[in-house]
Amino acid sequence: MIYKVIAKSEFKRFTDALLRDNTSFGPRQVDTDSQGKAVYQFLPVTSSDDVAFDYTATASSAKHFFLPFREELSRFVFQDQEWDQQISYEGKPIVLIGLRACDISALNILDDVLLKGHFPSPYYLAKRKNTFVIGMDHLPLPDCFCKSMSHHTISTGFNLFCSDIGEDYYLSINSSKAFNFLKEFNTRDPLDDDNCRLVERRKIISDSFLSEVDVTALPSILDIEFDSPVWEKWGNKCLNCGTCAMVCPTCYCYSVEESFDTNLKGATRQKQLYSCNLVDFAEVAGGHNFRPKNGDRLKYRYYHQHRGFAENANQQICVGCNRCGRACLAGINPKDVINDLRMEKESCLTNISSSPDRI
Amino acid sequence: MKHWGFTFEKLKIASFDFTCCEGCQLQLANRESTLIDFLELLDIRNFRELSSEQHNDYDIALIEGSISRQDEVERLQAIRRQAKTLVAFGSCACFGGVNSLKNKFPLKELVAEVYPGMQIETMPVRKISDVVKVDLSIPGCPVNKEEVERIMVNLATGSLVTLPKHPVCFECKAQLNTCLFELGEICLGPITRGGCNAVCTTGKTPCLGCRGPSEEINMPAFVELVKARELSLDDLQEKIAFYNAFEGFSNHEA
Repeated sequence: MIYKVIAKSEFKRFTDALLRDNTSFGPRQVDTDSQGKAVYQFLPVTSSDDVAFDYTATASSAKHFFLPFREELSRFVFQDQEWDQQISYEGKPIVLIGLRACDISALNILDDVLLKGHFPSPYYLAKRKNTFVIGMDHLPLPDCFCKSMSHHTISTGFNLFCSDIGEDYYLSINSSKAFNFLKEFNTRDPLDDDNCRLVERRKIISDSFLSEVDVTALPSILDIEFDSPVWEKWGNKCLNCGTCAMVCPTCYCYSVEESFDTNLKGATRQKQLYSCNLVDFAEVAGGHNFRPKNGDRLKYRYYHQHRGFAENANQQICVGCNRCGRACLAGINPKDVINDLRMEKESCLTNISSSPDRI
Repeated sequence: MKHWGFTFEKLKIASFDFTCCEGCQLQLANRESTLIDFLELLDIRNFRELSSEQHNDYDIALIEGSISRQDEVERLQAIRRQAKTLVAFGSCACFGGVNSLKNKFPLKELVAEVYPGMQIETMPVRKISDVVKVDLSIPGCPVNKEEVERIMVNLATGSLVTLPKHPVCFECKAQLNTCLFELGEICLGPITRGGCNAVCTTGKTPCLGCRGPSEEINMPAFVELVKARELSLDDLQEKIAFYNAFEGFSNHEA
C-alpha cells in the first residue's frame, strides 16, 4: 500500500477526469423520504458534480454491479439435430466511486465465496477484475453496526480509499492502476500532521457508533437456538418479500431458469438473484417445500449471514451495514433479532439452581 | 413446426371478451419485436380483434373479462364445452377486476344512475372460476405480454407453466426504486404477485394488486405495518378492494 495526500480541489479534478473517460457509478440522491431524509443509490455519474460526496448510505448495495439481479449464463442455438452453447464472461470496465468500508468488505467476502471455492465463478471474476473501486470513509449512521462485525475499516479489496481529513483526503493506494493515474495529479507524501489527522479521523469514526451487536460466539448460539421460539416470533412479522436479500451487499443466492426463445430456434439459461425468505426458495420438483414456514426461512437467512456456510469457511458474511434492517417494512433487523436470541439464551440463567450454600 | 427432432403443433387458440375493456386481448398484438415469432406459434381460430374469420374448433380459449349478464353465462358455458384449456386472461377474468366495484351498490340504483330510464339486464359481477372450471390463470391489468409469450411457448413445447410466487417488492428492489411506503404511500407490492417487473411502482405509482395475492401472503403483518406507519386504513381497504383480488383476505381487522 502507498499513502498520499491530495487536496480536495485536486481530488475533484482527478475524479472529473476519471468519471468523464470511464463508465462510472457513484452515490446520487434519488428521493427525499417522508421523514425528510435523503435517499441515495449508486447510479451513473459523469463528473464529480454528479457524486453526492456527503451521502450517508445507499438504500441498495453495490452488489449488483458484480452479481446482476438477472444475468444470462448461456445461450443455446438449435440447428437441425444439433445445438450450440454460447457462453461469454462479460465485464465491461467500470469505475465505482464512494463505496464505504463495509461495502468493500462485502466484496472481499464475495471474493472468498465466489472465487476461492472449488468452482470459482468466471462471471463474477470478469466483473470484479474490471471494476475500479474508490472507497470513501464516513461517520456511521445511528443504526450502522459494522464495527461490531469488524468491518468499519478496510485494508484490501479496493483500488483507492479516501479518508476525509479536513481540507485533504488521505489516500490509501492499493493498485498500480490507481497509482499511475494519480501521477498526473498533484499529491504529496503524508506529513506527521497528516498522519495525526488520519488517526484522529479514524478514532472519531470508531467512537461514533451508536449501535452494537454482540456477535461473540454467535455461530454456536445459533446452533443451540435452532428450535428457539424467537424464529417463529420474528417469522410471524416477515412479509416473505425478499427485500432484505436484494439490498444486502453479500446475499448471493440465486435461482436458475431455462427458457425457449419465442421462435423456438434458441434458448437462454438465466440466473436470478433470489432470497431465502421467498416462499419457493426451498421448493423442489414435485412441489415439496423444505422450508414452508416464515420462521424457518428467516432462520436460515440468519444462519447463512451469521453462522456462515462451508464455502465461506463458516465465517459470518454480514458486514453490519443494516441495509436489510432499514429496508424491512416489518421492522425485522439483525440487531433486534440477535439480541432477542441472546436474551432467550440468557433467560436460562434464571432457571438454573443457585450454588449450594457453603457448609 | 419442426424443432430439434420434435414436431410441435401450432396452438389452436381463440380469444373471447366478456365484461371488460378488451385491453388484455390487445396486448396479444403488443411487443412488436417478437410479434411475428409469437403469431407463428398460434393457429388463431377465433379472435375478433385480429380476424373476421371465426371457427369453433379451438383447443385453447382465452377469456377476458368478468361475467355480469345471463347471456354471458351461456356463452361462457358453450366455450367451456369446446375448450381443452380455458384460460382466465387478465384481472377481470381472474378476480372480477375493477368491474366488481359495482357489487358494493344495489343493482337498481346502479342502472338508474348509469342508464337512466332504460331496461338493462345486469347481475352482480363474477370472476370466471365462479361460473366454469378454469385451467389456467394469467392475471394482470393488463396482462404482461412477455409473460403471455412465455406461457404460450411453454404450452406449445409441453413445458411446465408457472407464475412467479414472489411479491412485487422483490422485482421493485431490482429496479433500485425507493419504497413507496418510505414516501408515505400505501403500496400493495408486499402482498401482490410479481411478474410485472414492478412497472407501476417504478413509475412511482403504488401497486393496486392487479396480479392478485402472491403465494402465502402475510396479511396480518401487512395490516400491522400500515397501522405502525399511521397510514389510512380506509386507503388500504380501497386499494385492496380495487381489483377484488384479495377476497378472503380483505376482512382482516383493518
